[in-house]
Amino acid sequence: MSEFFETSVFFGVFLSILSYGIGVMLKKKWKLAVFNPLLIAVVIVILFLTVSNIDCSVYQEGAKSISFLLTPATICLAVPLYEQMELLKKNYKAVLIGIFSGVLTSLASILLLAFLFELDHASYVTLLPKSITTAIGMGVSEELGGYVSITVAVIIVTGVMGNMFAETICRIFKIHDPIAIGIAIGTSSHAIGTAKAMELGEVEGAMSSLSIVVSGILTVIGASLFAQFIV
Amino acid sequence: MRFLRQFGIILLISFIGEILYVLLPFPIPASIYGIIILFLCLETGLVSVASVKETSDFLIEIMPIMFVPAAVGLMDSWQTIKSDLVPYAVITVITTCVVMIVSGRVVQLGIRFGMRRDKHE
Repeated sequence: MSEFFETSVFFGVFLSILSYGIGVMLKKKWKLAVFNPLLIAVVIVILFLTVSNIDCSVYQEGAKSISFLLTPATICLAVPLYEQMELLKKNYKAVLIGIFSGVLTSLASILLLAFLFELDHASYVTLLPKSITTAIGMGVSEELGGYVSITVAVIIVTGVMGNMFAETICRIFKIHDPIAIGIAIGTSSHAIGTAKAMELGEVEGAMSSLSIVVSGILTVIGASLFAQFIV
Repeated sequence: MRFLRQFGIILLISFIGEILYVLLPFPIPASIYGIIILFLCLETGLVSVASVKETSDFLIEIMPIMFVPAAVGLMDSWQTIKSDLVPYAVITVITTCVVMIVSGRVVQLGIRFGMRRDKHE
């Protein structure tokens, strides 16, 4: 059985899409944040691989063909951003200050908590790029001497959390403006959160896309400064 | 031909992004260079929205699925994280929420207090 899956070209991709589809169905039925399609998809795939005793790398090998599209898809985020350019120009000050304060909050709160948990330098810089897109985050972590594989894990968990709880958090903290919602999601939970922002609306999606770029670049600069606070 | 052309443009920009990533000394990935390039192309009119629209809508719609393999890959890094799970988990949960709340509230306040360009000019 496992041999067939190992040679199958479409198994990994199909399993991912099927699991995500089940997640979407569950979410439609019960509108709880826990029934997040992305989270459900990940859980189903992991359960399936564990139960059927298929090695994770077999699945990854096939699923590569979807991951291949990640760069082109991210680039396409420029389209909604361009379409919302008028709105952005009108509000650029609020937007830029918002992203800047988000990045600063991220770095400062990680520093504070790292102090409380008495983390060493390596663990601390591993966490610093946690709110930015994976590819940038990996580079930052590596350069500052962090554990890159843990950085990737933390970034993904951050994204999935943002994707799951964005609606709830924005409701509780009375963030109603679509521009503010978009910036909040993109600055805290990068591209995985942006996938959620895209579902919420065009403005939310465009602003979230912008936040990925701006917060990513600000974090590259900010993290190298903050890295010096815990030696 | 329309989809082929659209996909071609998007892949060309991805490729240029890759080249910039290799040439320039910053830890900025091809995708970020790509967003900036496509945005500039749209702004300058070098590429029209119509010439990428359907393919870009499609790619953005299926984007969530592209994160599934990476998240499933957490199975493998579990062993390394297990020993320090508590600090990593606590820090991740708290900071994600705090950043979302702060950036969202700041933008909303900024908009409310008239940080719009049309009111200043």
